[in-house]
Amino acid sequence: MTTLAILNARLLDPASDYDGPGGVLIENGRIVRVVHGASPIDADQVIDADGLCLAPGLIDIRVKTGEPGAEPKETLKSASLAAAAGGVTTIVVQPDTDPAVDDPAMIDFIQRRGAALNLVNVRAAGAATKALDGQRMAEIGLMDEAGALYFTDGDKVIVNSRTLQRVMSYAAAFNALIACRPSDPWLTEGAVAASGELATRLGLSGSPAIAERIGLERDLALVEQTGARFLVDQISTEGALETLARARAKGLEVAVSVSINHLCFNEVDIGDYRTFYRLDPPLRSEADRQALIEAVREGLIDVITSAHAPAPAEDKRRPFAEAAPGAVGLETLLPAALTLHHEDGLDLLDVLRPLTQGPAALLGLDAGVLAEGAPADLVLFDPGAPVIVDADALRSKSKNSPFDGRRLQGKVIGTWVGGRKVF
Amino acid sequence: MTQPHDVTDQTIRERLIPFPKAHFLAASDLNPFVTPQLLDLGDAFVDFNRQSSKALDLLHGRTVVNLFFENSTRTSSSFEIAAKRLGADVVTMPVASSSVKKGETLIDTAVTLNAMKPDILVIRHSASGAAELLSQKVGCAVVNAGDGRHEHPTQALLDLLSMRRAFGDVTSLTVAICGDITHSRVARSNVALLQMMGARVRLIGPPTLVPGDADRWGCEVFHDMREGLAGCDVVMMLRLQLERMAGALVPSTREYFRFWGLDREKLAWAKPGARVMHPGPMNRGVEIDSDVADDLDVSLIQDQVEMGVAARMAVLASLSARWGGK
Repeated sequence: MTTLAILNARLLDPASDYDGPGGVLIENGRIVRVVHGASPIDADQVIDADGLCLAPGLIDIRVKTGEPGAEPKETLKSASLAAAAGGVTTIVVQPDTDPAVDDPAMIDFIQRRGAALNLVNVRAAGAATKALDGQRMAEIGLMDEAGALYFTDGDKVIVNSRTLQRVMSYAAAFNALIACRPSDPWLTEGAVAASGELATRLGLSGSPAIAERIGLERDLALVEQTGARFLVDQISTEGALETLARARAKGLEVAVSVSINHLCFNEVDIGDYRTFYRLDPPLRSEADRQALIEAVREGLIDVITSAHAPAPAEDKRRPFAEAAPGAVGLETLLPAALTLHHEDGLDLLDVLRPLTQGPAALLGLDAGVLAEGAPADLVLFDPGAPVIVDADALRSKSKNSPFDGRRLQGKVIGTWVGGRKVF
Repeated sequence: MTQPHDVTDQTIRERLIPFPKAHFLAASDLNPFVTPQLLDLGDAFVDFNRQSSKALDLLHGRTVVNLFFENSTRTSSSFEIAAKRLGADVVTMPVASSSVKKGETLIDTAVTLNAMKPDILVIRHSASGAAELLSQKVGCAVVNAGDGRHEHPTQALLDLLSMRRAFGDVTSLTVAICGDITHSRVARSNVALLQMMGARVRLIGPPTLVPGDADRWGCEVFHDMREGLAGCDVVMMLRLQLERMAGALVPSTREYFRFWGLDREKLAWAKPGARVMHPGPMNRGVEIDSDVADDLDVSLIQDQVEMGVAARMAVLASLSARWGGK
């Protein structure tokens, strides 16, 4: 078996808190040696990283594709290509497709299709309720056996508290992770922007921040009662962060994710009704954004996701309120996250942790670390290189990137999955 | 199995003891002293029932009314046969399809029947506590044949009889009750009676079908069959009502069977020689595989039906013994 060494790199491993010079030796798809410092390694193939950053490949746990059912939006292949170009080595695709991924055969289908592409690791989340109807519990046990990493109804909130209670308590038998968007469905009905002065002026119906807090309070109360493993999916407000902190102070163990968009943009970005900034949850105030960044800095956020949600031009070129929500983000995830380092002064390891070790620990994956025995899922990047995002050049089939035209710093130089170069 | 031999009236009369309470509403109406004696009497009735002539006159001239507000074939027939073999006059009223539909309340039905002077009322009702309520309003003995999700005490007695005949002693047994514990009156009666007799009881099922506070019943609670069945002598499967599947409490029958349905593989996790029970009627391929249910070397399911008649004869006879009997 041939061996590959990547030497002379700046290793960034959040799991071991190591940020310094070093290299890795790869054999049979796994990391077999990690060296700190400048010691040379013998290998069949040696790559001189020339001081660039080498980190565990990113793990993005919230990726929507259009497969099955809406392949013109995005396929597993186009999403995998975008992921590889973005330094993302594992994607967890969402179950809210048509038909929904609510059956063990569908989990199997996605994993097989993903594996056949030979690009990045494609894993799946299963639906929490059948056909995402919010009423009938899906086959959580069988999907768990088939390899589903967690269970969620995606953007749909399970309104019926009894259903959610049963899903949580049933899932506990399998120690399965349940994810749920915190939101009160009545307060957010028809909302397309964050409630506030700006939305009022633009004449857009607003989603109040308390809707997120109310939804979260309910979800946390159910977690407390059922003992479920739980992920608060896409927190976006300061108020909800306070609620979460209170629950955690009482000893409740819950994980929380935030989308990269809510760390990079605020409500002002929707400006002249720019639909690429129509997101769900909507972009919030600058105070909310700052609170989220602080939470990342303090290590309170377990996972940062791209919230990759492809929407073709025909769904976006509409009046703001009628446009489809969501943004693509796989390919821009790393440079966007690096703005937290460049502009907000976060330590590189603290930025990378919720993109690598955080999601790996949450989902029980052995990836996300630079350690002997771990899969050789790696990203080599230049953290300072300037890039101007060109949405049309993105590999996603849909080009709805809010970063279009933005100047970012950080460029992916190479991506390896299981020791194989995929970008 | 004991060979059928001639059981005389005399044997049965010697073993006859008066029932400890005026009614048999819950397993707690029994006690650790009288229960073995009732089982002895049940044993005598088993032998008696295996004879070709099965007529006794212990309840001669007495009237037993079977009042079934819920449809039931096996329990009502079991009580009817038990009462008839004891010589009683039996009226079985399928109330589910009669006056109740015309709006008569339970109390009105009870008062009406009471005026006809029955000696024993056997009642099944969908509401928990119905048997208790009835017992307060009538002048005769009331036997609970299942009230809502509360109790089904004669089932627990017949299960105990089946276990004692299979194992000889019940006090050292570990019994796993598996499936829909939340909605099961069979589970509640069995937990109470088995614990009264010193057996260890485990409850196994998905968290949506096991009450959250079941551990406070003095049982060990498991959600995983492999863990729960380890070391068990008896695996008692419960019926899963079809309306509880299809997503409300369990995602599907195939998922239920995969994780909680008893098949050979799961049975092998129990103690070697473990026996399988089911109160019936079975959902084959849902909570139990036919392969296990029909294997007479492990399954006590047919015995349970036979013991049902004997145990109910013991209950009816001992209730009548309170009145001075014959």
